[in-house]
Amino acid sequence: MILQGRRTWVFPKPPVIIATGTVVGPDEGEGPLASEFDLVHPDLEIGQPSWEKSERVLLEQATDIALQNARLDKDKLDFFVGGDLMNQIISNTFAARTLGAPYLGMFGACSTSMESLAVASLIVSSGAGNYVMAGTCSHNCTVEKQYRYPTEYGSQKPPTAQYTVTGAGAAIVSRDGEGPVISAATIGRIMDLGIKDPFSMGAAMAPAAVDTIQGHLQDTGREPGYYDMIVTGDLASVGHPIAAELLQRNGVPMDQTDFKDCGLMIYDIQEQKVQAGGSGCACSAVVTYGHLLRRIRSGELKRVLIVATGALLSPLSYQQGESIPCIAHAVAIEASPNIEEQGGMGS
Amino acid sequence: MAGRDSGSKKTAYKPVSMSPKEYKAFAKSKEPPRSVLKNCLRAFLVGGFICLIGQGVQNFFMKVFDMTAKDAGNPTVAIMILLSVILTSMGVYDKIAQWAGAGSAVPVTGFANSMSSAAIEHRSEGLVLGVGSNMFKLAGSVIVFGVVAAFIVGIIYWVFGIGAWHDTSG
Repeated sequence: MILQGRRTWVFPKPPVIIATGTVVGPDEGEGPLASEFDLVHPDLEIGQPSWEKSERVLLEQATDIALQNARLDKDKLDFFVGGDLMNQIISNTFAARTLGAPYLGMFGACSTSMESLAVASLIVSSGAGNYVMAGTCSHNCTVEKQYRYPTEYGSQKPPTAQYTVTGAGAAIVSRDGEGPVISAATIGRIMDLGIKDPFSMGAAMAPAAVDTIQGHLQDTGREPGYYDMIVTGDLASVGHPIAAELLQRNGVPMDQTDFKDCGLMIYDIQEQKVQAGGSGCACSAVVTYGHLLRRIRSGELKRVLIVATGALLSPLSYQQGESIPCIAHAVAIEASPNIEEQGGMGS
Repeated sequence: MAGRDSGSKKTAYKPVSMSPKEYKAFAKSKEPPRSVLKNCLRAFLVGGFICLIGQGVQNFFMKVFDMTAKDAGNPTVAIMILLSVILTSMGVYDKIAQWAGAGSAVPVTGFANSMSSAAIEHRSEGLVLGVGSNMFKLAGSVIVFGVVAAFIVGIIYWVFGIGAWHDTSG
């Protein structure tokens, strides 16, 4: 039985992340993790005539790099699972057209990174596929255009707003091979505590992260200290302390572990003009697939729980005065017992 | 809550339970403070500076082309709009706005920015469905409510007969 507890999948034979590909834009290239990404673009256009095409190219490049790193022909790929923030998840659909693999599109807003990785792991673990790729992407300008105002419109953003990461991340999950393994995944449920301000998404999403972290610990019987690090997706400087405080109030001993946030790791929020920090599907994807997996491969980290958070609002729903429904999906990634002592395998 | 320190496998934590009202207040208390005074000062400085440039342009037209202040009005506005569109196209106006707030939004340059930014953004969807139908996406409501407000004010003037002194024809 893969299901353990209420909503956690524990994989008897943990699927292996055999390779990843990460691509980012210029702002992420100026951030503290710049050297950990496979490809950094110096501009936002990436030689494309529209922002939407630029976003799609990011994902196509990330999937290409992941395949190259795995030394895998794209015909060998059994399934591609992914999603993004665009209406009708067009970036993934068009990238899947290029890839040609059987495709499952999903939408979890910024939680899509771990949602797709969890589903990819389930497919592999259940024997429904040998090589499954999980991918996601976001682009600062497509998100501004779709959810907010035209990119060049002069509106002042409040300090609680977050800066959408331009980038894409893809991971290939396999039954066998070398690399970090996925030991468990916990599926989130919708949490909505009534926050309506789309410029305050960290606060809106924090309860979802708390709910999923607690659910994961309860289902698995693990304590926070089981993990070297528990990392939320994109709660940023407002939402992350809220989540920490809620966890503390609920009696979760988070001091056993290092509690961090991808949205605070990807940028230098003091120096870069990103308001509260990063967000977007690519935020947790590139930080996990670039930075965290490298640290797991090199042996610096043994076990990490990534809790990708998503605000499932639409421009229509907030204009109609609805609050922001939020979700968080958690995936536990651990160093492979076989290569633990071997050090980095390169990416 | 119970049993987590006893080495038992079973852990049960309190669920997140706050009413929307409680949570909203809690989240609000965690937001970084926003200085209204600083924002007002910046808006005053940048808004004033934009008006100063406008005044300079108007004086230029009056001096060089021998125009009256009233005649110089239209070409001055045209120049200010042009400057705003150029700054918008160069990707500078939005950066000024993040610092200036209302200072760059209220003058005519802000209106020009709202139209040109929408036109640039939606160029990829074509001239008709993209530029044409999206150009007024933001400016449209300014025009609608501007006209409605002018209409109401006009009626008030007409009813109370206080508009007569505006009539310069007599």
